[in-house]
Amino acid sequence: MAIDSSEVKKVARLARLDIDDSAIAATTATISNILAMVDRMQLVDTQGVPPLAHPLEAIQRLRKDEVSETDQREQLQSCAPAVEEGLFLVPRVIE
Amino acid sequence: MYDKTIAEQSRALTRGELSSVELTQSYLDRIRQFDGDINSYITVTEELALDQARAADERRASGDAGAMTGIPLAHKDLFCTEGVKTSCGSRMLDNFIAPYESTVTARFKDAGAVMLGKTNMDEFAMGSSNENSYYGPVKNPWDKAAIPGGSSGGSAAAVAARLAAGATGTDTGGSIRQPASHCGITGLKPTYGRVSRWGMVAYASSLDQAGPMTRSAEDAAIMLNTMAGFDPRDSTSLEHSVPDYTTTLNDSLEGLTIGLPKEYIAAGLDADVEKQIDRSITEYVKLGAKVKEVSLPNAGLCIPAYYVIAPAEASSNLSRFDGVRFGHRCEDPQDLMDLYLRSRSEGFGEEVKRRIIVGTYALSSGYYDAYYRKAQQIRRLIRDDFLDAFKECDVIMGPNAPTAAFDLGAINNDPVAMYLSDIYTLSVNLAGLPGLSVPVGMANNRPVGLQIIGQHFAEARLLNIGHRLQQVTDWHLQSPALI
Amino acid sequence: MQWETVIGLEIHVQLATKTKIFSGASTAFGAAPNTQACAVDLGLPGVLPVVNEEAVNMAIRFGLGIDAEINQVNVFERKNYFYPDLPKGYQTTQLEKPIVGAGHVDITLADGSTKTIRIHHAHLEEDAGKSLHEDFHGMSGIDLNRAGTPLIEIVTEPDIRSAEEAVAFAKKLHAIVTTLGICDGDMSQGSVRFDVNVSVRPKGQEAFGTRTETKNLNSFKFMEAAILKEVARQIDLIEDGGQIIQETRLYNGDTGEARSMRSKEEANDYRYFPCPDLLPVMINDERLAKLKADMPEMPDAKKSRLIAQFGLSEYDAEILSADQATAAYFEAVVTACDDAKLSANWIMGELSRSLNQSNIVIADSPVTATMLGGLINRIKDNTISGKIAKEVFEVLWQGECNSADEVIDKKGLKQVTDTGTIEAMIDSVLMANAQQVENYRAAEPEKRGKMMGFFVGQCMKASGGKANPGMVNQILKQKLDG
Repeated sequence: MAIDSSEVKKVARLARLDIDDSAIAATTATISNILAMVDRMQLVDTQGVPPLAHPLEAIQRLRKDEVSETDQREQLQSCAPAVEEGLFLVPRVIE
Repeated sequence: MYDKTIAEQSRALTRGELSSVELTQSYLDRIRQFDGDINSYITVTEELALDQARAADERRASGDAGAMTGIPLAHKDLFCTEGVKTSCGSRMLDNFIAPYESTVTARFKDAGAVMLGKTNMDEFAMGSSNENSYYGPVKNPWDKAAIPGGSSGGSAAAVAARLAAGATGTDTGGSIRQPASHCGITGLKPTYGRVSRWGMVAYASSLDQAGPMTRSAEDAAIMLNTMAGFDPRDSTSLEHSVPDYTTTLNDSLEGLTIGLPKEYIAAGLDADVEKQIDRSITEYVKLGAKVKEVSLPNAGLCIPAYYVIAPAEASSNLSRFDGVRFGHRCEDPQDLMDLYLRSRSEGFGEEVKRRIIVGTYALSSGYYDAYYRKAQQIRRLIRDDFLDAFKECDVIMGPNAPTAAFDLGAINNDPVAMYLSDIYTLSVNLAGLPGLSVPVGMANNRPVGLQIIGQHFAEARLLNIGHRLQQVTDWHLQSPALI
Repeated sequence: MQWETVIGLEIHVQLATKTKIFSGASTAFGAAPNTQACAVDLGLPGVLPVVNEEAVNMAIRFGLGIDAEINQVNVFERKNYFYPDLPKGYQTTQLEKPIVGAGHVDITLADGSTKTIRIHHAHLEEDAGKSLHEDFHGMSGIDLNRAGTPLIEIVTEPDIRSAEEAVAFAKKLHAIVTTLGICDGDMSQGSVRFDVNVSVRPKGQEAFGTRTETKNLNSFKFMEAAILKEVARQIDLIEDGGQIIQETRLYNGDTGEARSMRSKEEANDYRYFPCPDLLPVMINDERLAKLKADMPEMPDAKKSRLIAQFGLSEYDAEILSADQATAAYFEAVVTACDDAKLSANWIMGELSRSLNQSNIVIADSPVTATMLGGLINRIKDNTISGKIAKEVFEVLWQGECNSADEVIDKKGLKQVTDTGTIEAMIDSVLMANAQQVENYRAAEPEKRGKMMGFFVGQCMKASGGKANPGMVNQILKQKLDG
């Protein structure tokens, strides 16, 4: 499946990545090469094969409903870029 | 003393011939002397290491020591370490000091091991050459014109250059085995779920697995004894009993059936590499093993399947790096979109962005079935090939990479060529199997490793097989001449 | 033209677990910002989720409560999008394999008719944090205490045809989740939130109209108002030749205004895929059997029983079975006083009014079921009149006494039933109102009834309300009519 530069831009934006206009042609070419390599999968008939999400197909273990974490705000916010009154600050959120 | 294996150091510490402080200091001295050039460490924790060494010596004196007590290790810089920077080789986390400890590093701490520092790596473990690091490439100690392999290139180079007694690595598509192979050391990727992923910055969650990188298989067994085991904080960690991996190291190989996949002698396998692999298999035959041809018909599909699944998971795993709660944040964001776009674009390197875009595309509406779902179906075919092959053999052997380490800069501008070099390692991750790389010779004066793949939970057998070879060969004892 | 409204609901119900769905942090309300958001809730690098068993159990209980299939293998997926209150950049939810499959909820309408609303499915997911828009130098503040609180999202089929049905459904659902004890039901704290999908179509038309979604309605009243407003807007728009745009809308309950959410810069593409940090949840027969055995009496069954056992009306039974606490209170009052009708009247009248005024829930009522039962007993044995009983209730509500008997005793409210005392009182009233007595006796018999009320009132007033009204009536009549 070929991908063009407008699609690369769209996908990048979906992933919140900015691609410089000067780099878009080169990025599109590289992504296209990768997708061309990946497209070899389409030659394989996988009809009826269930997808395998985890190699050992184990099942989820369930945790007891007991509080194990107490207030660690100070430590956890020690690596935060902008905090005030215990809140993480971001540019204004408009709904 | 820095040239001794962990096993030897441990014995010397026990006998009192050596203190952990002396041993630790000897590595710190070497790091200062040689690592400016090799660049295997991102952070060296000198003071902490000496404090831990002193504590380890006291612990030995009080009779409360284990095999790892006082042994100086290096940890790949994606294991979160409380109070010490965890960068993941990325500008994004250049300022990140985790407020918690990964299970793997915590277990080593509890065992009294010493942390020398955090090792260089491809950014977010994405790469096969360690050239994708914000902190610059790592050089191969055997030949500084060569890459050390990746993504655990710093760990591999540090162990090879005797800048650590052992190191931790992680392997998502070969990131322990391939650099171990390129640096002439021993590296084990355990069964998926054998070692806890808690506190390991995720690349591709269903593939990531931590393991030891050491001089010898015996050392890997010693380290794995500390690393392996169930962790209630990791849902994918398995409640499977952990043996003492050192007790079976000397078991006989009589009757061992080695499977050689006919698909492995593909075009592109370097003749010198093939020769070293063949020679090592001859050694195994001398040790009593039998050889049998097996088939892994979908082996070649591991590259496309992996390069859809891993980027897809990564695109989602890396969404949390948004400049809000930790990590890089752009200057003076104008609005939310600007905060996201600039923080992420400035924080991530080229290869990481590339994989995020590919992964986002593979999961996006209209493409999910053709890419992600298809890749997961092929993943099943690949795993089932292995399960079928293991009906006919005990282990599978082959190369880790088509060539010995290539030159720095040789293919760094060609991602697809780089991806294709992962052909021998990716399928093991897709199938969740354990894989061991042991050094078996040189090609073009650069090390070559043999990959030994086992059934799920067969780590003890793999280490036994690796150890027996190391009893009759000395590739693992050779060290590069550093200047 | 005749229009028909078509409504489907998505309901987010916060589960009453002690901890988050994927972490061991507390879910309690009201903590200081981010003090209940641990490393997992913050989505810090390297942290991993582990599923809370109680959240799974509660979701199963909900499924059993609506006669739904329980999917024995269910899978968590990631819904990917960027938003500051979503720390990981994805919400862990369920899509292809939700825990609860198709079920149904039956509702009773005001005209007494019943209707079945089909439930498409219900799935487990995590709640997001909150953005606070107070001005921090032009920035917003993010509090992630709520992030990771377990939710079930319940999705109905588009079976609802009016705001009235929607409210009846919402109330029934509220009754179900509170009866099951899987949700505290506190709508003011956002414990139950409704998203309403509304469309209109000409009556008789098969195809659905274009729908809009109004999100995050957290009271029955707001939901009803939002639906009525949106239906009217859609009909007006279509009749004026306009077209409905599929969009997400916001309704402000305080101002009664609705508006379109700022149209997103681009269409969302959530890129769902199975969460690789979690494994499929398997619900074995043993777990299912145990949870089945522990099921409480559900509102429908309770309602039928209240009608059969206590002879209550449909209407009374519906209200009293609407939540576990009210039903339990009712049954405790009946046990204390053995009078279902009086119990129902007092709970739905005086008690309910006082609870509403003070904005407290029945479980926290200062007048306990035992106290109310005791009060009703004193009405039944004529110790006090109904009017005095209200006074006694008020005293009990203020917490000044611990029982009706204590209030009656302290305040001297015991009813006067001594014939001599009452006669003397009546005599003095008649004497003081000689003219009215004359008028009464001269009046036509059919007009006397009304005039009688005056004398009763005067007598009751004279006794401070304590005279037995029946006796006053009887003796007065004798004396006046001769």
